[in-house]
Amino acid sequence: MALDRWIALIFVLFCCVYGYAAFFTMDQLLPPFMQRNPVWPSTFPKVLAVLGIIVGLVVLLGLEKTDDSDAGPSATEINYRRLHEYKLGQALMLLALMVLYALMLRPAGFLISTTVFLVAGSAILGERKFHIMIPVAVFATGFVWYLVQEVLGIFLRPFPFFMGM
Amino acid sequence: MLEGILIGLEAAFSVQNILMVVFGCLIGTFIGMLPGLGPMSIIAIMIPVAITLGDPAAALILLAGVYYGAIFGGSTSSILLNAPGVAGTVATSFDGYPMARKGQAGKALTIAAVSSFAGGTIGAILLMVFAPALSSVALLFHSAEYFALMVVGLSAIAAFAGTGQVGKALMMTLLGLILATVGEGALFSMPRFTMGMMDLQSGISFITLAMAMFALPEALFLVLNPARGASNAEGGSNKITNLRFSRAEGRAMLPVIGRQSVQGFFIGVLPGAGATIASFLGYAVERNLAKGEEQAEFGKGSIKGLAAPETANNAACTGSFVPLLTLGIPGSGTTAILLGALIALNVTPGPRLMTDTPEIFWAVIISMFIGNLVLLVLNLPLIPYIAKILSIPRNYLIPFILFFTLMGAYIGQNNATELLILVGFGVVATILRFADYPLAPLLIGFILGTMLEDNFARSMQLYQGLGFILERPMTLGLLVLALLLVLLPSYRARRARKRAEGVADGD
Repeated sequence: MALDRWIALIFVLFCCVYGYAAFFTMDQLLPPFMQRNPVWPSTFPKVLAVLGIIVGLVVLLGLEKTDDSDAGPSATEINYRRLHEYKLGQALMLLALMVLYALMLRPAGFLISTTVFLVAGSAILGERKFHIMIPVAVFATGFVWYLVQEVLGIFLRPFPFFMGM
Repeated sequence: MLEGILIGLEAAFSVQNILMVVFGCLIGTFIGMLPGLGPMSIIAIMIPVAITLGDPAAALILLAGVYYGAIFGGSTSSILLNAPGVAGTVATSFDGYPMARKGQAGKALTIAAVSSFAGGTIGAILLMVFAPALSSVALLFHSAEYFALMVVGLSAIAAFAGTGQVGKALMMTLLGLILATVGEGALFSMPRFTMGMMDLQSGISFITLAMAMFALPEALFLVLNPARGASNAEGGSNKITNLRFSRAEGRAMLPVIGRQSVQGFFIGVLPGAGATIASFLGYAVERNLAKGEEQAEFGKGSIKGLAAPETANNAACTGSFVPLLTLGIPGSGTTAILLGALIALNVTPGPRLMTDTPEIFWAVIISMFIGNLVLLVLNLPLIPYIAKILSIPRNYLIPFILFFTLMGAYIGQNNATELLILVGFGVVATILRFADYPLAPLLIGFILGTMLEDNFARSMQLYQGLGFILERPMTLGLLVLALLLVLLPSYRARRARKRAEGVADGD
């Protein structure tokens, strides 16, 4: 089974869970006065769940005709069948780095975490000229912080938590 | 109308707003040139900036400038590197890149800029004519018609997704609608589908979703496949010298520009079609119209082949503002993001926009003229310098793209959980892109979801049930149209198995 149909299967299952929540759990909490309304908070989700299951099944069962005449995608096109040729490790490491950034942004402060993020990101991609990258990252971090904080007026905690700001 | 135009002129020509246009165009060109960041990502990044401005007219002007700039920047990288940054400029590279390889990069850029300018300007004139007319019709609509109209819009987006893609596009639209039901709706003050998480109480932020759907997958693809961002050839065509084109060439372009600005505009008005389809169609039409030698030139550096998609995509960008400004229904991913920004600024686009806040409506249209002028007069001479950004090594570029993506999501919410949601959705979006699912319908569904439900609920309450569908002929007609739109493509595909390939992703 091709990837797109696996996704359709997951989507159908997701709609089943969503529909279950809409049909069987949501209405219990509904106050009595709202039950006289023709439309409940669960009405729209119920419709969506049913439609989602139908459309998902159409894609899953391949009811819609697709043209399989794809003339070999070019090198710049993305294609999951060539995933093994791609730099999957780098992409996963960058994703991990983004999660780490999200977790560190508050405790470590904007300036440190962003500088580390930019330097580590380029290091993951294979950059070794740290004497260029570190100054660039520090400057860019400071510049963005200044823009966001002073020009846009949005507060970004610049320093780690123990420094009091 | 004249009064409105005057108010618009006054607003658009304030120093602040002119600065906004110039700044927006420049930053749009700058970022649009980078492979991996399309107009949707750029606009999403700029939204926090626009919202902080506080003035809706200025914000919309800034974002419109960014939009035009991004499309123009995309053309530049198509021409110079054969690496279109935006789906709407893929057709530009067909003839633009061969011209650049022949050493005519400067001329190609000028032709692109002039045809963009003409397309955008003629589009804006058409917008001035059609938007008020459509607004006055739309004023007669009730929530039942609005509901039906949105259903039509969403179905059209799926229907235009291309052969074999309709089911997938519908699936994504529904997913978007489902995601929109998360959180506390405006109509019912009770949290839905939050799974007990406080962070989901206010729903999923649309900026986060936009970033996750477009910016993050593109950046990840750049990492996965380095060939994607790099130029396809030896890349010696970076020298931009002579920017002029001859008078005879200008005359040859004129009918192309005339035809394509009108055609592009009307394609842009259709929901779901947008700049990408307009540019491909424009290219195809002009190739068929050209005769003999001229036709053989197409694909090898034809002036007409470059002017056609450039005119069409800019005219279509302008056209896509028509449903946004008159009905409040976005027809493309980009206008959906603009709609999200407007809602965040407490402006509800729709037929009343023109009468209630004419200064916003007209200022936006007037600033389209200014924006196109800025692109032509200011950007074109600067292009050789702006193009230097293309030589930044990807080791530096990608961390910054990722960082701006994260910042865009963070600044709006000031909530680090948002970043985790961003990464999670980004991974899902990347997998969906791998499986060839179009993502623009998801975002449009998400943004329209709340409004769709509101209008549905309101009509249900007014008519105490589903009676509104039968009692209002226009609603019924629109809903039938929506059904036809969805069913027709698969019917026709069955009839004529083999059809030209459609374009999946929006612009």
